[in-house]
Amino acid sequence: MEHITLLLGIVIVTALVFDFTNGFHDTANAMATTISTGALKPKTAVAMSAVLNLVGAFLSVEVAKTISGGIINEDGLKTEVIFAALVGAILWNLLTWLLGLPSSSSHALFGGLIGAAVMSMGWSSVNGGTVVTKVLLPAVAAPLVAGIAATLATRLTYRISSRTDEKATSKGYRAGQIASAGLVSLAHGTNDAQKTMGIITLALITGGVLNPGANPPMWVIVSAGVAIALGTYLGGWRIIRTMGKGLTELAPPQGFAAQTSAATAILASSHIGFSLSTTQVCSGAVMGAGLGRKGGVVRWSTATRMFVAWGLTLPAAGLVGAGAELLTKQGTWGIATTAALLVGGSALIWSLSRRQPVDHTNVTADEIGTPGAGTAEPAGVVTTAIAAVTPPPAGPVTTGTGTSAVEGAAPAPSVADSARPATV
Amino acid sequence: MKIDWAALGSVFGVSLVVTVALVGLFTLGIVGLSKHEQARAAGGGTAAIPARLGAYACFALCAAAVAYGISLIVV
Repeated sequence: MEHITLLLGIVIVTALVFDFTNGFHDTANAMATTISTGALKPKTAVAMSAVLNLVGAFLSVEVAKTISGGIINEDGLKTEVIFAALVGAILWNLLTWLLGLPSSSSHALFGGLIGAAVMSMGWSSVNGGTVVTKVLLPAVAAPLVAGIAATLATRLTYRISSRTDEKATSKGYRAGQIASAGLVSLAHGTNDAQKTMGIITLALITGGVLNPGANPPMWVIVSAGVAIALGTYLGGWRIIRTMGKGLTELAPPQGFAAQTSAATAILASSHIGFSLSTTQVCSGAVMGAGLGRKGGVVRWSTATRMFVAWGLTLPAAGLVGAGAELLTKQGTWGIATTAALLVGGSALIWSLSRRQPVDHTNVTADEIGTPGAGTAEPAGVVTTAIAAVTPPPAGPVTTGTGTSAVEGAAPAPSVADSARPATV
Repeated sequence: MKIDWAALGSVFGVSLVVTVALVGLFTLGIVGLSKHEQARAAGGGTAAIPARLGAYACFALCAAAVAYGISLIVV
């Protein structure tokens, strides 16, 4: 009994960590173009997105009844499998964040689940047809749907406004863009925070804490909403940079067209029932808007890297999930080792990211990595902060407790926060 | 394996039509307002009013679309 509660605690914490990475991975979807066209200041944009994500978490009562939407057979799904899946999804989210590549958090979760389920129950637990219809086909359709709509909308808006003064109209475009970005944030909070609530609720049911079919308790709703909002506020600046500047250069009319097409495609897909990944819709919309302007350029090398990341999401998260499940199957020490590896891997990725930090100060800069007094000083602060923070999680984690996972997950945000005053 | 082409098709069609219509409307609104300001700056009082009313009508339609979007999220 003791064992079950501990494992359950670890799964709940890991689910919240995934929710958190989901938030900062997907800030870019709503806010990348808003920041790069200058409609909102970077900090204002992430704050607005965080608040709307939090509100979104409370808006809908329709909590996801399944984690995977039928991709794997969830009958008799063990708590360890959920844990292993979350490990795979979190590590893939962090890795793509390090590389600044927008990739779908839900697909990472699906990948982790598939890997862990196959390792636990064999290939028969995976529903191959649903993988095609829920993951592969949407991955092709999403950028096309949003991209074509954004291209046409960009052309139209340039044609209509061609005789008017650019300065007079850009203010209006920015206001429109903020409204569309707000809708994307709200929809994201509703969908993705619900997903985490679904995971925690399912874990509580499998652990025997809740009765089957029970609604999530209030603390689950609140913690999931807060985790996603915190992640959003922290801001995945690397991905924001790729989406806002890396794929193409956006002027206010393009930013407006891109964001509107993204918001429309997301709402249409979730309402009609052919669910598309928010990340892939938004990336497609940005590229479409880039192509829609005369002389607009899409950087296909960046886009190709992004497409490759989309293709790798499922297998890579699946492999990590399978490996994690192989370990957790070994019993308590295996679960402890997996938790330790998750914390260690996250810490490693995070420390690598500090070599070339991207934050709200340089997110729209043309060049990153130019040495200067401004960048050198916070780096020093951060390295000392890492030195101060890193040892503790490495020590107790090997003994493998639920609390060590919390400690290990916490340093990243807190260090970034402590570095902030120095950067501003 | 059954692919729901009808759903995919309607997502595609709805996204395309609604996006283009909204962006078009909003742009008309912006252009209308800037025309209004130009006219006012030039001193012509009467020509400004229809442009301004049209702009407000466009913005109202866009606001209605946003409200419908929020209602889709909530319900």
